[in-house]
Amino acid sequence: MSQSTDINGHNETFPTDETPTNISRRRFLLASAGVAAGALVLGFGLPLDTARARGATAAAGSPPRVPAFLEIRPDGGIRLQSPFNEGGQGIFTAMAQIVGEELDADPTHFLVENAPPGKQYTVMSNGMRITGGSMSVRFGYTAMRRIGALARMMLLQAAAHQWGIAVGELTTEPGRVIHKASGKSLDYGQLAPHAMALAVPDADSVKLKDPGQFRWIGKPVKRVDVYDKSTGRVEYTIDTRVDGMLQAAVQHAPRLGMTVGRIRNEAQIKAMKGVHSVHILDGAVAVVAERWWNAKRAAETAQVDWQEPKPDPSARHMPTDFSTKSYREHLANASGDGETAESKGHVGDALKGAQTVVNATYSSQYVHHAQLEPPSALAHFHDDGTLEIWLPNQAPDMFLADIAKRAGVDADKIILHSPMLGGFFGRHFLYGPGNPYMQAVQLAKATGRPIKLIWSREEEFLRDPMRPMAVVKFRGGLDANGMPVALEAISATEGPTEGIANQRSKKKVDDSAVEGLTGKAYAIPNRRIAQLYVKTPAMLAYWRSVGHSMNDFLYETFLDELADKGGQDPFELRMKLLKGNQRLTHLLQAVAELAGGWKRGPFTAADGSRRARGVAMASPFGSQTAAIAEVSLENGQVRVHDIWQAVDPGSIVNPAIIDAQVAGATALGLSEVLLEEAVYENGQPRARNYDMYPILPPDRMPKVHARIVESGAKMGGIGEPPLPATPPAVANAVSHLTGQRIRSMPLSQYDFSA
Amino acid sequence: MELHINGKTYSVQSEGDTPLLWVIRDELGLTGTKYGCGIAQCGACSVLVDGEVMRSCVTPVEGVKGRNITTIEGVEEDPIGQRVVAAWVEHQVPQCGYCQSGQVMAATSLLKQTPQPSEAQIAASMTNLCRCGTYNAISAAVQDLAGGGPSAAAEKARMQAATAANGRGMRS
Ligand code: FES
Ligand code: FES
Repeated sequence: MSQSTDINGHNETFPTDETPTNISRRRFLLASAGVAAGALVLGFGLPLDTARARGATAAAGSPPRVPAFLEIRPDGGIRLQSPFNEGGQGIFTAMAQIVGEELDADPTHFLVENAPPGKQYTVMSNGMRITGGSMSVRFGYTAMRRIGALARMMLLQAAAHQWGIAVGELTTEPGRVIHKASGKSLDYGQLAPHAMALAVPDADSVKLKDPGQFRWIGKPVKRVDVYDKSTGRVEYTIDTRVDGMLQAAVQHAPRLGMTVGRIRNEAQIKAMKGVHSVHILDGAVAVVAERWWNAKRAAETAQVDWQEPKPDPSARHMPTDFSTKSYREHLANASGDGETAESKGHVGDALKGAQTVVNATYSSQYVHHAQLEPPSALAHFHDDGTLEIWLPNQAPDMFLADIAKRAGVDADKIILHSPMLGGFFGRHFLYGPGNPYMQAVQLAKATGRPIKLIWSREEEFLRDPMRPMAVVKFRGGLDANGMPVALEAISATEGPTEGIANQRSKKKVDDSAVEGLTGKAYAIPNRRIAQLYVKTPAMLAYWRSVGHSMNDFLYETFLDELADKGGQDPFELRMKLLKGNQRLTHLLQAVAELAGGWKRGPFTAADGSRRARGVAMASPFGSQTAAIAEVSLENGQVRVHDIWQAVDPGSIVNPAIIDAQVAGATALGLSEVLLEEAVYENGQPRARNYDMYPILPPDRMPKVHARIVESGAKMGGIGEPPLPATPPAVANAVSHLTGQRIRSMPLSQYDFSA
Repeated sequence: MELHINGKTYSVQSEGDTPLLWVIRDELGLTGTKYGCGIAQCGACSVLVDGEVMRSCVTPVEGVKGRNITTIEGVEEDPIGQRVVAAWVEHQVPQCGYCQSGQVMAATSLLKQTPQPSEAQIAASMTNLCRCGTYNAISAAVQDLAGGGPSAAAEKARMQAATAANGRGMRS
């Protein structure tokens, strides 16, 4: 992630005007990229650097880069290069649906692959290409539809030419062109060779379908990758291999920034079974071996004298006295009004005039990504100096540029592969020492062999950059009727975007730190949201739903505290504060209806357990969400029975994928609120694996009921939005059930057994 | 040392205390079995040994020589495994897919021992972690298999159709 890039898509102002081109005739290039002969191939832009690619192919077998976006093969097969990476969010299927809709071809038969880096794959209307911020569908939508429509038009033209019939008399059915009057038809595959020579029609000459005519968009189309994922056939980065490859493991410095003094038992390690070589890297010792297990054993056996770094403000350093407990106190003690992120009315005056003022301090915790696939990278220098690299990433072009800079290799001498991701949740952006690929590149250089480096789970939890911690001081003012008239939130924190850049946001406020405190729709007449910048030594990251993952918890639980102080039912209070907002009152009603009507409880359920419900809302990534949770206590622990969630993303592509995303994001939100906290003591994480950092297990998964509301508003995201309303809905239910105010996560730190 | 995996016999060089997981993945190149934690916490490395599920990351290879090992690559050779995969596809279970080899193996083992497990038996056996939160889809698929019929799948399809219809009905 470049320093100033904000994954939240706040800058939507750069439309891409890249027009599709027909590159079917670039035979030599296409054949070497595995494109079938006689295929119709459309791309964005032209293949660059033809001569070099040709040379590289001849010299070293490194494949050239071809901007083949959509390929229609003579056998009828359709291959699509997705500009967005698949990591479980269903994007390959959604891309096939969108292109297939306008092309008029069954998306479930598409072969979808992740596209290589290159400007020609920058299809997002905001001019970026990253898989994150729930942007893929909403920002890639029009460009992808257009290329499908243009390809269909070319196939129609080819058929018209074949038959000597005007294009206007022809139409399509999935996979073929038909002439209704004569009953003639030709498959797309048969037509592809004849469409190869045609120019791509003017983009304005094709009309995109009316949504009412959609055959696949909006339907629960089966996912294209499910069978492969059910049979172990998908190749993730950790599974890649090339001939002559060695494998590497590392032992990182216990604290970030420390360097290797010396390895006390180097001779012993070198003599261990299978060890090829031992290397000193920046802040780590690496062992290279024929097999990873041997490398790992040797790496963890290393006895290293670690040295404190020299003071360097440009690098993050984890000091020996850092603990999450004392850092939370440090944040709580930070004083000041902070920098205003959002304000309306006069919060100070309104608080003075309020009948009741409520002061409360809330906080969030560091959390790990804990994606199940540990990070790895495979680096291979070809004889001609080309660096071929496989690595998990959510932004291929940014990774390529970073590798070029740090490895001193020309960008056009790097071939970057982005295998499917074994989960990501924000883990695979550029995080400096939080990514393993530079270590792999260095080891490949040092050994002259292809190197696959895998971080063990323990090394991953030591270097995983975390979702920030924040302490928020709230002040709320209520009038005589218990209605909120003023709300102030000052968040002491370092945001993820400025944390990753290791540089305070120039705007003084990091939007990704405060989103979810800002952007709330409630009509509280006087309000002020501010950030009080407090730097942390810990490495920070984006985590599924970014700032919303904590801020909607903080805000929505405080809102319940205000409701209780004002003697209001929290559901009714939200309704009142949203009066006149049709989209959101509708959504809140929809979730209540889904839950069989709003009731707060406590009540006794059929199984005899005493239960209560909580409600919360969020406005993340262009979508709107509302959730209700039902909880009880079991042996002093919180049991969540049901989550009902209504999601309004404006309009949708695949309801089945959305159901899955709601279940998945809800699970992650539950995991965060029930169990997760990355604890540091003496500058080191207490947990190095799932035993000490539990994530939601199957027996704590509640029933999840989703309702999709298509309000017709501008299309919002779907991968992240169902997370933020879940933690506060649960916490609000628990507060009500137990009478104990919940102002922080996770709930496992509270004792409810009394 | 000889290993019987998916009906084939392999002769392997790894030392006896090497975890089965790394012999399968690295020495034999069968990478469908995954590494997630290495300490028997997540279940991504699940394989069958004589029909019973084991976490191969903590299983020394010498302990399984001569026994019948099934990995995800061989699961469809087994009629029950084949049904499990079909149910996974029917219920569209996987998201990122990384945990799913292990989940499929755990379900196959359960159904081999107990063809019609109760809900409690399912919960007791299906303990593998999934960071993508596919737990409800997994239990729907296993319950469907336990009931022997496609009823749960039909129910899910009906729900999905209803969700889509709701969505359109609620356009404001
Ligand atoms: S890798 Fe074996 S249980 Fe996690
Ligand atoms: S599907 Fe991603 S971890 Fe289970």
